Amino acid sequence: MRSLPLTGADRHAMLAAIGVDSVDALFRDVPEAVYQTTPLPDLPTHADEIAVERRLNVLAARNRPAGAGPCFLGAGAYRHHLPAAVDALIQRGEFMTAYTPYQPEISQGTLQAMFEFQTQVALLTGMEVANASLYDGASACAEAVLMAGRVTRRRRVVLSGSLHPHWRETVLTATRFRDVEVVAAPVDPWGHESLTARLDRDTACVVVQNPDVFGHVRDLTPLAEACHAQGALLVVAVSEVVSLGLLPPPGEMGADIVVGEGQSLGNPLSFGGPYLGLFATREAFVRQMPGRLAGATVDAEGRRGFVLTLATREQHIRREKATSNICTNSALCALAFSIHLTLLGEGGFRHLAALNHARAVTLADRLAALPGVELLTPAFFNEFTLRLPKRADRLVKRLAARCNILAGVPAARLWPEHDELGHLLLVAVTETNTDEDLDAVCRAIEGSL
Amino acid sequence: MTTTRYTKEHEWITVDAPTAGAIATVGITNFAQNQLGEIVFVDLPPVGQDLVQGGEAAVVESVKAASDVYAPLDGTVVEVNSVLNDEPAKVNDDAEGEGWFFRMRIADPAQLESLMDAEAYGAYKAAHGGEA
Repeated sequence: MRSLPLTGADRHAMLAAIGVDSVDALFRDVPEAVYQTTPLPDLPTHADEIAVERRLNVLAARNRPAGAGPCFLGAGAYRHHLPAAVDALIQRGEFMTAYTPYQPEISQGTLQAMFEFQTQVALLTGMEVANASLYDGASACAEAVLMAGRVTRRRRVVLSGSLHPHWRETVLTATRFRDVEVVAAPVDPWGHESLTARLDRDTACVVVQNPDVFGHVRDLTPLAEACHAQGALLVVAVSEVVSLGLLPPPGEMGADIVVGEGQSLGNPLSFGGPYLGLFATREAFVRQMPGRLAGATVDAEGRRGFVLTLATREQHIRREKATSNICTNSALCALAFSIHLTLLGEGGFRHLAALNHARAVTLADRLAALPGVELLTPAFFNEFTLRLPKRADRLVKRLAARCNILAGVPAARLWPEHDELGHLLLVAVTETNTDEDLDAVCRAIEGSL
Repeated sequence: MTTTRYTKEHEWITVDAPTAGAIATVGITNFAQNQLGEIVFVDLPPVGQDLVQGGEAAVVESVKAASDVYAPLDGTVVEVNSVLNDEPAKVNDDAEGEGWFFRMRIADPAQLESLMDAEAYGAYKAAHGGEA
């Protein structure tokens, strides 16, 4: 039977064969509450192509692109300058797949790109081995938690209260139906948290973000030592990968697994995806690492070549014992990351990080000098948290409407259930912010206090 | 008087005197290593782990596949063959000797009755995949 085109008779025949009376019956497991039962507002059910294009353009114009004015949004997604060469190179025909190939060794170029990417991630994080990427930072974080359970054969996981709440939610979702006990420390805007007291002999790992979601930068060495003394692993989450151009690599501070969001390099904000999960660990744990892994080898004639290696960890061989059910990576996003980082070079990357930090310090100093404004983060990279004398969400809304300035992410947006964080504002500054942007946001905030 | 028995999953177990609390040695059979091909990794259980007869005890990876190794009897792991961490190919070279996986303290020697002796295992192999 041909599966295309599908006639009503074809559908009836297939439904009859599997003993189901309607296509809708196949989706019975989807809760009714999440169905869209009424037509979408403002969208006619039928229109010609020109009318559709016109209508969608009108709707799209209601979006406010990050580049349409001063933008200080961060909190896990960062606006950076992407060299035009990145987009031109990733569109070459040789790279035209978002997936790792299923007959991998025939695609030596793709495998080499993965290998170079892994090398870059390992160098940035200070770890021995990195995989060919995962979906995004949050899912990489959840995978790290599961991996720590396999390595230590323990079931208790401690999450820092300064881990990005979306990452925390992803960990909770991934562990919900597994034998894992997640202990999430209370939210900690002041950076006073001490996780050492939460460690015990049942702890598989501690997950801590650096810089944390409020921007605090820490030396994680003491925490790593405390973890290792209890036989637990330290998982370090990095949501702004550019910070690694200035801060010591987590591996140097004793991290056992480093997960990160790689969007900042090569990848646009793009409404939140597709993004790029970074995952690196120690070689001793490589067999418990999720995801694909490209390796360098030599062929029968001694020439350098690339393979997918240690595939017995993966679900197509290991079945239900696989280290992860996610074997798909973000190959195209990873390629963009590698091209951007290669264009920068080591010196350029360090310079970019220093520039981000310097601009953020300039803005933080100016804003903290405003009456009633307090800086919560004494040490930060390119993002800091302010306590304002009034609710931050209202101020952000007003500045967006009146001055076309996106002043930052109100903490209330990340922790809607925490009223006491209502006055906190997370402000990110990158190389894309001009002196004029800094002047404008200072003036605007001062004017609305 | 050494007793050696075999499982349907192609593990062997050897014990000198089959009493409760006796120490038995466990590995995979020569037939199994031959079927698996070149062995590249053995994931051994931690010392102290409690085992249940028929439950997962170890994992053996070859270039072709990853396979579970099951506990032949109830008991507790008392020692693992850590040589296999660096030289997994020892399992190919000498599966029923130096390529042993772990030693366990057996809880119930009567369970040995449920396993096959050499003769029965030979017949079982012949019926399931031929001579090796």
